[in-house]
Amino acid sequence: MSQYNLSGANGAGLTAQYYDLNEHDHPEGGSTQLGFWIYLMSDLLIFAMLFAAFAVLGGNYAAGPGPKDLFELPLVAFNTSMLLFSSITYGFAMIEMQKGRVGGVQFWLVVTALFGATFLGVELYEFSNLIHEGATPQRSAFLSAFFTLVGTHGLHVTFGLIWLGVLLVQLSQRGLEEANKRRLLCLSMFWHFLDVVWVGVFTFVYLMGVLR
Amino acid sequence: MREKYPSASRRLKQAARGALVLPLAALLSGCDWVVLNPSGDIARQQANLVVVSTALMLLIIVPVMLLTVLFAWKYRSGNTNATYDPEFHHSAKLELVIWSAPLAIIIALGSITWLTTHKLDPYRPLDRIDANTPVAPGTKPMDVEVVALDWKWLFIYPEQKIATVNELVLPEGRPVRFRITSSTVMNSFYVPALAGQIYAMPGMETKLHAVFNKTGNFKGFSANFSGSGFSYMHFATRSVTPDAFNAWVGQVQKDGGNLDRATYLELDKPSEHVPVIHYAAVAPDLFDAVVNMCVRPGKLCTGEMAAIDARGGTGKAGVLNVAALTYDKFGREQVTTAAPGMADATVRRFVRAYCADNRPLRASVARDAVPASLAAPTKSGPKSQTLGLVTTARPPLS
Amino acid sequence: MPTPDQHWSFLLGRLSLDSLPLHEPIIVATFAGVALGGIALLGALTYFRLWGYLWKEWFTSVDHKKIGIMYMVLGLVMFLRGFADALMMRMQQAIAFNGNEGIFPAHHYDQVFTAHGVIMIFFVAMPFVTGLMNFVVPLQIGARDVSFPFLNNFSFWMTASGAALIMASLFIGEFAQTGWLSYPPLSGLAYSPGVGVDYYIWALQIAGVGTTLSGINLLATIIKMRAPGMTMMRMPVFTWTALCTNVLIIASFPVLTAVLALLSLDRYVGTNFFTNDFGGSPMMYVNLIWIWGHPEVYILILPIFGVFSEITATFSGKPLFGYTSMVYATVAITILSYIVWLHHFFTMGSGASVNSFFGITTMVISIPTGAKMFNWLFTIYRGRVRFELPMLWTVAFMLTFVIGGMTGVMLAVPPADFVLHNSLFLIAHFHNVIIGGVVFGTFAAINYWWPKAFGFKLDPFWGKVSFWCWVPGFWLAFTPLYIMGLMGVTRRMRVFDDPSLQPYFIVAACGALLIAAGIGAMLLQYATSILKRDQLRDETGDPWGGRTLEWSTSSPPPAYNFAFTPIVHDLDTWTDMKAKGVARPVDGFRPIHMPKYTGAGVILAGISTVFGFAMIWHIWWLAIASFAAILLTAIAHTFNYDRSYHIPAETVARIEEERTRQLAAVEGASA
Repeated sequence: MSQYNLSGANGAGLTAQYYDLNEHDHPEGGSTQLGFWIYLMSDLLIFAMLFAAFAVLGGNYAAGPGPKDLFELPLVAFNTSMLLFSSITYGFAMIEMQKGRVGGVQFWLVVTALFGATFLGVELYEFSNLIHEGATPQRSAFLSAFFTLVGTHGLHVTFGLIWLGVLLVQLSQRGLEEANKRRLLCLSMFWHFLDVVWVGVFTFVYLMGVLR
Repeated sequence: MREKYPSASRRLKQAARGALVLPLAALLSGCDWVVLNPSGDIARQQANLVVVSTALMLLIIVPVMLLTVLFAWKYRSGNTNATYDPEFHHSAKLELVIWSAPLAIIIALGSITWLTTHKLDPYRPLDRIDANTPVAPGTKPMDVEVVALDWKWLFIYPEQKIATVNELVLPEGRPVRFRITSSTVMNSFYVPALAGQIYAMPGMETKLHAVFNKTGNFKGFSANFSGSGFSYMHFATRSVTPDAFNAWVGQVQKDGGNLDRATYLELDKPSEHVPVIHYAAVAPDLFDAVVNMCVRPGKLCTGEMAAIDARGGTGKAGVLNVAALTYDKFGREQVTTAAPGMADATVRRFVRAYCADNRPLRASVARDAVPASLAAPTKSGPKSQTLGLVTTARPPLS
Repeated sequence: MPTPDQHWSFLLGRLSLDSLPLHEPIIVATFAGVALGGIALLGALTYFRLWGYLWKEWFTSVDHKKIGIMYMVLGLVMFLRGFADALMMRMQQAIAFNGNEGIFPAHHYDQVFTAHGVIMIFFVAMPFVTGLMNFVVPLQIGARDVSFPFLNNFSFWMTASGAALIMASLFIGEFAQTGWLSYPPLSGLAYSPGVGVDYYIWALQIAGVGTTLSGINLLATIIKMRAPGMTMMRMPVFTWTALCTNVLIIASFPVLTAVLALLSLDRYVGTNFFTNDFGGSPMMYVNLIWIWGHPEVYILILPIFGVFSEITATFSGKPLFGYTSMVYATVAITILSYIVWLHHFFTMGSGASVNSFFGITTMVISIPTGAKMFNWLFTIYRGRVRFELPMLWTVAFMLTFVIGGMTGVMLAVPPADFVLHNSLFLIAHFHNVIIGGVVFGTFAAINYWWPKAFGFKLDPFWGKVSFWCWVPGFWLAFTPLYIMGLMGVTRRMRVFDDPSLQPYFIVAACGALLIAAGIGAMLLQYATSILKRDQLRDETGDPWGGRTLEWSTSSPPPAYNFAFTPIVHDLDTWTDMKAKGVARPVDGFRPIHMPKYTGAGVILAGISTVFGFAMIWHIWWLAIASFAAILLTAIAHTFNYDRSYHIPAETVARIEEERTRQLAAVEGASA
């Protein structure tokens, strides 16, 4: 018997058992959701590091102002609600997608973007206020950790908004085709992920900071 | 109490150690393998641990290496006499052995690790001078304060009130407690003949307890890369008899200069190839000021900063008090440069903010209460409260 | 040397003519050599009109096999650079005695050892293991490509971009002078005001993006794209180790990204994460970077364990002994590698209980590692071992690695570590495991899979010359370091004042020269093999009597790897198929759906290099422009929906008929 089993004199019967002879195309993007999930987990680790840095340095005010002096909880609570609302409206967009209604998707995406932009605007307002008061990231390790953690989240939201804008264009060009649905799904995961991280930031940085 | 039959057990231990150490010692004779053949009790025990752990692991390493060679030779394809069993790929018994043999070694080594790590913890005061001599109760170890500078070592002897640069002299047989810090970057304080190393880090204090059992001349150095002058960052270490030590101290007290803060700041500037320097007098609390990064006039000590932080900071009023906090963030020159005039102004402004904030320590008290509490106590009240939290000396504010 | 108040201009940032190290003759000579070689290479490419070929067939390729090979080439090129650094260090330390300053001033020598470490870990060992995984894993699991082929190409070019920045630092400016992990405060702005640490940060950040994405990609591939029937416990061991390695990459590289980002914020923005003052904590950096750093060690060694498992089984003509325990051992190492990081700094003064905990967890890792060693041993037992080159490297590994493992466990005992930490003993230890493990393993793997990649075997003569230079050369170079470690000699020293050490350093330098000869022989091996490829040709696709699926297809495999996806019934699938005489399907081919090549990866990585360079030199306008360009290019890429095509059934049929004829010829010849 040949080592290389090419003639298949006695193994022809096994061929169908050992090779997928009726294979169909694997749908494109079959791993996308899993891959994106794994990416989110790696991103979560970056946030975990920033949380850890905040946990270590969060009490080092360098004889400067602390959370109680700086944080305006009502403003942050308002901001939190903006982000939570944006997650809900994104959910509505996904429902519209499942119903196959491009217009609905686009409408809810715009609403989501507005909420997201409000969130960002309020965050920038908060930052500029702090910086005007002299509470800059350079002032103390606490402020470094605070600005970096919250700012990194804000940066993620910014990229989410850019992505959202691009998707709106692509939806208007190509409608709800498979690739676009996949992208909507990924952005949805990303957006909710940012929401979850923000809940951590709000609790851990703002609430516990003021209670400290 | 620990050893019921001290003599027998000790003899057994010595025999075991001899069996392990002798062949190695024979191998080493003539070489200066100082790590395995040190002159201090701590390093001695650490060296024994190196040998014991090696021996324990050789129990498994040697058979593995022999078997590798043996199997590779025996089952080479040219040797058709050897058994060939292409289906042999599982054996519960063998699996048990190959997992449990390393496990057994690691259990043994792990137990040794737990015990010795606690026993040889550099922070733990010594309880013995050597294997046969316990430390007499009530003995106070001699303090030596070690500062790693770029790129030389400063040793302060608070008891003798002297200091040296790049020369460490210790009396044989007396336990020493090193308090170690660094001025700028991380270093590692290491005298192989005396004891294992420990990092020297800016703004922090590490400790090391050790003792010399023999007199002699040894080497000490930084074992953690610290910049361009790192290679020269070594110091002569001498272990001498107590009498010789006292004589040396007397000599230093006679000849040496004065290490005041200004001299220290000058010394702190980067330099290489620094010769041995002796100081007959040392500014009080210099080491604490170094640890707290406040030798420079006008600098707030980190201990005080931590105390303020523990109270919740100084509020928005403290936002501008940056100059008194700056150590080396804006360049290493800042460490040693006193900014005359400006420092005074910032200090005054800072002190105002600092003193205005006499909030009680509990953060839960409302902010509005501050003026009242400021009015109520006598002047010493809040100040002593602050001092109670401060871990080190106050900075020289003037 | 740059000073804090250095020159800055709007157009060029910190860059000026003074940035070129024209005053260092060694660098100028190197530059001349590199420039001449580079011009010759570029000229040759132009003359032979290879640019189009390279661009179309390689640079823009999304074929995992080609990307894997490009990773190996990158690793090899950087290996020569990293080894040149090693030789320079050995020369310096062999002569810098008795007041002799040697060949390097501190400013240069400190860059050399930093660059050596960074290059060897990030741009040699990482590309090697990533390249192996890229090439082998899809073939082993019966897949046609990875999950995200474009991402794969992009990842490679990001790694190459990081490597390009490090190479640029040799001639433009300087590299970090901090040691390969750049501990602050030394790496902070106050003590490293120049561009060196910035080169370090951006090279690693850009390459790190590539590594993380490649980890995600390969993990998704292994989870999602295995051939039908290949359950987890039927995966080849190399794929198992690749799986664990990619989990480690995903769970550790973000930590590196974060910690380097914080360091760069300290340097660029003036934050206080790792500063001495304003409440920063340099110790946090040391902790965080080792939380990445220790898993990194296992990222490198685990796939190599897989390589040795495949090779031992193949060349012993037996299934791997204890497959199940091998898998569990790999998983155990993966998990344990996260709870040992503190053993890199026992000397920082943590309490005895903390130190003991991390010491003991470290030792515990040696249990599964020891089990693996025994598994290989009993795979050889009652085998018929053919000592071809891969197997020679394997035996050398087994004999070398155990010593490195032993010294590693010694260093895990905290009080023993106090006397050996940062000494040349430590240097000898980790070179013992990295050279004896990763490097030997990579050479074994290259010799093993080369015929699969190119269709011809490597020349055994020069391979053996290389082997016999490398293995004794390694021991000659590092035994003196073990000994000097026990004499209390510390690492990163540029000059010595104790002349009794010089003989040891001279011996070590001789060892390095022997290794250099080994590298020379290795390059000769590749060259002669390419010249003699017709004599060395392997038509069978299965030159070693392999056991896993990659050996079931032709060498080199067609673009689509498998005309029909194999169905897996057993652990060593290909052995199983050979034993049963399963006939290869010869008709009924269908069109095969494949991803299209794209230049987006090269372009994005190219702009990233510019961005990194601009950030390093503070050329802000260029940094902003290139960042915007990255964003826009990435967005433009998402508007390309046309990313795949079908290889027509006729093309597949033609390729497969060719293969049938080839196999018939082989069978005819052997009959």
